[in-house]
Amino acid sequence: MSAPILQRIEGVQRDAIAFELDGRACSAFDGDTVLTAILTQSSRLRPTEFSGAPRAGFCFMGACQDCWVRLADGERLRACTTPLEPGMRIRTT
Amino acid sequence: MSRRIVIVGAGPAGMRAAERVVAAGERPVVIDEAARFGGQIYRQPPAVMRRERSDLYGFEAGRAGAVLDRFEALLPSIDYRPSTLVWQIERDAKTLQLLRGGRVEALGFDALILATGATDRVLPFPGWTLPGVVTLGAAQVALKFQGTLIGPRVVFAGTGPLLYLVAWQYASHGGAVQAVLDTAPLAAKLRAAPRLLARPAVAAKGAYFVARLRLMGVALHSGVTLLGADGGERVAAMRWRAGGNEQVTACDAIGVGHGLRSETQLADLAGCAFEYSALDQAWLPTRDAAGRSSVRGVYLAGDGAAILGADAAELAGARAATAVLGDLQGTTEGLHVADAAERAARPHITFRRGLETAFGLPSRWAADAPDALIVCRCEEITAGELRACVRETGTREMNRLKALTRIGMGRCQGRMCAPAASRLLADAAGCALKDVGRLRGQAPVKPFPINVLHEYTPSTLVPADEDD
Repeated sequence: MSAPILQRIEGVQRDAIAFELDGRACSAFDGDTVLTAILTQSSRLRPTEFSGAPRAGFCFMGACQDCWVRLADGERLRACTTPLEPGMRIRTT
Repeated sequence: MSRRIVIVGAGPAGMRAAERVVAAGERPVVIDEAARFGGQIYRQPPAVMRRERSDLYGFEAGRAGAVLDRFEALLPSIDYRPSTLVWQIERDAKTLQLLRGGRVEALGFDALILATGATDRVLPFPGWTLPGVVTLGAAQVALKFQGTLIGPRVVFAGTGPLLYLVAWQYASHGGAVQAVLDTAPLAAKLRAAPRLLARPAVAAKGAYFVARLRLMGVALHSGVTLLGADGGERVAAMRWRAGGNEQVTACDAIGVGHGLRSETQLADLAGCAFEYSALDQAWLPTRDAAGRSSVRGVYLAGDGAAILGADAAELAGARAATAVLGDLQGTTEGLHVADAAERAARPHITFRRGLETAFGLPSRWAADAPDALIVCRCEEITAGELRACVRETGTREMNRLKALTRIGMGRCQGRMCAPAASRLLADAAGCALKDVGRLRGQAPVKPFPINVLHEYTPSTLVPADEDD
């Protein structure tokens, strides 16, 4: 897993939220989107359905649809507009 | 009051429209996709994140505070629906189809103000799909909405005023800005100066950002050709050329944008007529000075109608609302407002012309785009595939090209690829950009799980809404 794409600039004083990223236990913060939670740990959200190339979002504002991620139960969600919830099991491969 | 006024979008235009409607004693419905009001420019972080407005909005903190506080005070007087998508407009039934919390719902309207805003206009380069390459708008969302920076080492590329604003925001928040690569030449800025002085305070801010970036030691390059982003699992470098020299700048992220693109899909679904705007180099919904579209009862305001910026959007929102109120009451009040509005909009239009001169799009972009360039991010359709289609079928119209190649048919509905694809089509067919037309909007404007549709009945199949 390569270095994260997003770096936090604030001294975070929010509650921690535990979630699972590709089977690994991770932690982010209340108020984070799913996209922020993932990209502060890693550099990819999904493979494309066509070439399988990695993607990590593009517009971050719900327009481009590049950031749809899959949960372990098969549900899909748009990472940039979905708040992180405790216990989410996210798959990016 | 039995007539329902619906405002779509809670950015500067939508917020000011709501204020005007409430002032007239009406209770509008305000629908917004975002979880909190503000739009993109005054985007607010989640409530649990405590941040100072001066830190979030810089020079615009005072203005942002005024607009946001005013709207906050309006909340008890409006039917405010955040995190809600308008995914379809049934024009004959004057009904919006909404999606909120995984449920669809119909909402009839008597007057509709569309304040749908804009997204980045991007002319892509090879490697723009790599993780770490995002729009300038995304770079701002990361900062304002989530308290994060893309990077750590970041390059900002493309053109437009946002390029320097975002670079300055990043540099002043500790971002390691490796370079600012402007595809427009320096000489163009000097040519544009007289028009930019139509709004001296705004022009001065732009000059300040450039001066500060220089003082902070950030490399600023103009007249650049963007050759491509290199990388494997993620972006590792930006390749570019200036003055005949090819250069490589190592980086971990790239923010790219070439000005803004109006979000017009809902106006299209509402049945509004469009005309070509030479200034925006795009087909935009027609409107009069007060914001009336070609469809009775449908009004347009803000950057979703034409790119004029946040301050002009506030004016446009208020004047569209005034027109709505006048039209619903059958008074002529709206007509006078239109005159004043036209005068007030004038410096914004002059300034915008200046921006187009200062930050013109690279004229050779389409001719120079390599065949292997991915144009459609959704379905990975290349420039070469589009050119081959034009060559083999002789097509010269965007919807035809879409039917033949699937360009613009993916999940983004052409939001990201249309500016590039239409330029490639015009170049390959040897015609003007205007002549290739525009992609027609299709519902749903954004994807959602199909299982929510079991509750959906097109309003044409049910009796008309009773008034409440």
